[in-house]
Amino acid sequence: MVNLGTLVQYLALQGGPQQQQQQILSGDQFNMSLITETTYTLPSLPYAYDALEPHISSQIMTLHHDKHHQAYVDGLNAALKGLVAAVKANDLPAQIALQPRIRFHGGGHINHALFWANLAPAGSEETNADKVAGGLVSAIEGVWGSMEGFRKEFGAALVGIQGSGWGWLVKDGQTLKIVTTKDQDPIVGGEVPIFGVDMWEHAYYLQYLNVKAKYVENIWNVINWKTAEERFLGERDDVFEALRAALKF
Amino acid sequence: MASTLLRTSPVIRGALRASGAIKPAVGIASTTFVRGKATLPDLKYDYGALEPHISGKIMELHHKKHHQTYVTGLNTALETIAEAESKGDFTKAASVAPLLNFHGGGHLNHSLFWENLAPASREGGGEPSGVLKTAINEDFGSFDTFRKQMNTALAGIQGSGWAWLVKDKQSGTLGLVTRANQDPVTGQYVPLLGIDAWEHAYYLQYENRKAEYFEAIWNVINWKTVGSRFEKA
Ligand SMILES: [Fe+2]
Ligand SMILES: [Fe+2]
Repeated sequence: MVNLGTLVQYLALQGGPQQQQQQILSGDQFNMSLITETTYTLPSLPYAYDALEPHISSQIMTLHHDKHHQAYVDGLNAALKGLVAAVKANDLPAQIALQPRIRFHGGGHINHALFWANLAPAGSEETNADKVAGGLVSAIEGVWGSMEGFRKEFGAALVGIQGSGWGWLVKDGQTLKIVTTKDQDPIVGGEVPIFGVDMWEHAYYLQYLNVKAKYVENIWNVINWKTAEERFLGERDDVFEALRAALKF
Repeated sequence: MASTLLRTSPVIRGALRASGAIKPAVGIASTTFVRGKATLPDLKYDYGALEPHISGKIMELHHKKHHQTYVTGLNTALETIAEAESKGDFTKAASVAPLLNFHGGGHLNHSLFWENLAPASREGGGEPSGVLKTAINEDFGSFDTFRKQMNTALAGIQGSGWAWLVKDKQSGTLGLVTRANQDPVTGQYVPLLGIDAWEHAYYLQYENRKAEYFEAIWNVINWKTVGSRFEKA
C-alpha cells in the first residue's frame, strides 16, 4: 500500500512550484508504479465524537468524519483506480482528466487527517500551548509579536475566506506563515503544515449557523498544540510519517 | 510577508507622523457614497412557503443573514472604491475588486435565485412551457435529460458554488455552466435559472446528503420566471 507521503508527493507534482517539481522528478522520489493497488481507508478519530464539546458538537464531528471525510476517501480511491487503468492503458488524456478529482479528494483526505490530529479536547494538556509548545509559541511571538496578535491575524484570514477552504499555519523554511487554501487544495508546495482549520460550512453550520466568527473564536479551545509543536520541530516528511503512525494509515 | 509588514507598519506610521508627512484625512463626507446603495430585496413568498423541500429555517437564515451579508459587503466595497477613487488612489480601488466580485456576485446570484423559486402550491415545480420548453427539448433532448445534466453539474462542484441554466447570446442556444463561490454569470451568457450549491443552502435539512437537496429543489422551481427571462434574453 502507498503511504500518505507518496500521495502528497504526487499532488505536489501537479500543483507545486516549478522548482519542487524538478526536485521530485530528478530525485526520483516518486514512481508512478507506486500508485498501483492503492486503497486508502478512513482513519479513526484520536478521540471520541463528543470530546470537543461544547466547541464542536458531537453531531458535527460524527457527520464530518463518518460522512464527509469518508466521501473524500471513497472519491480518492475511485479516482486512483481510474488513474491506474489509464496508466496501464497508456491513456494520457484520461490521466490528465482525472487530476482535478485526485487533487480534490486526495486533498480532502490529507486535510481532514491533519485536522483531526491537530485538535484535542478542551482543557486537556495538549491544548495548553505554553506548557506543550514552547518552541512554537516563541516562534509565533517572534513573527506576530504575541499569541494574541497571531490569533487575531489567523482569525481574520479564516473569516476572510471566500467560499469553501482552509486556513493553515505553516513553516516555510525558517519562517512561519498563515496561508489560506480554497476548496480541498492541500498544502503540497513544500511547506510544513503545523495546524489547519476547516472553514467549509459543514465544519460549523449545524452549531454556529452563519456566525462563522464564533466558530473561529472557539476553535482555539481545541487546538492540539502538542501535535503542532511536533510538526513545527520536524520536517515535512516527519509530519506525514507521524500522521500515518498515529492514525494507522 | 504580511506579518512583517503589520509588525513594522505602526513604527513607520509613527515615524511619518513625527515628520509631519501624513496629514489628517480630508473630511470627505461618507454620505457622498450613499447613492446607489444595494438593499436586501423582499421575498415574494413566506420563509416557510417552500417546505417541505426547503425548510423555513434555511430560507430565513439564507435570506436574512447570508444575503444580507453580501449586500452589506457590496456596499462597503463600493464605498471603499469611491473613497479611494476620490483620492486618486487607484491601487487601493483596484485592490477591492475581489471583494466587489464576491459580494456583488453574492447579491446578484441570490436575488436571481429567490425569484426563480416559488412554492410548490403555487407556480413552483412542474415543467417549463412555451418557447422555453421547445428550446430545452432542442438543446438537451428532453426536460428529463436537462434535469439530469443540471444535477450532475451541481454534484460535481468542488467546494462552494452555483449551477446555472444560461442562454448563450452568440449562438442563442441554452447551456449549463457552474461558477465557483459567488462568481456571477456574465459575458456571453444570460442567467436563466440558478441553483445555490453552497452548504448553507441545504445543510440544516439535508446535511451531507446534497443529492437529496438537488432532487427536491425541482419541486420549487418557478418556470414562469425562468421562461420570461429566456424570452427577454
Ligand atoms: Fe471538512
Ligand atoms: Fe447562498
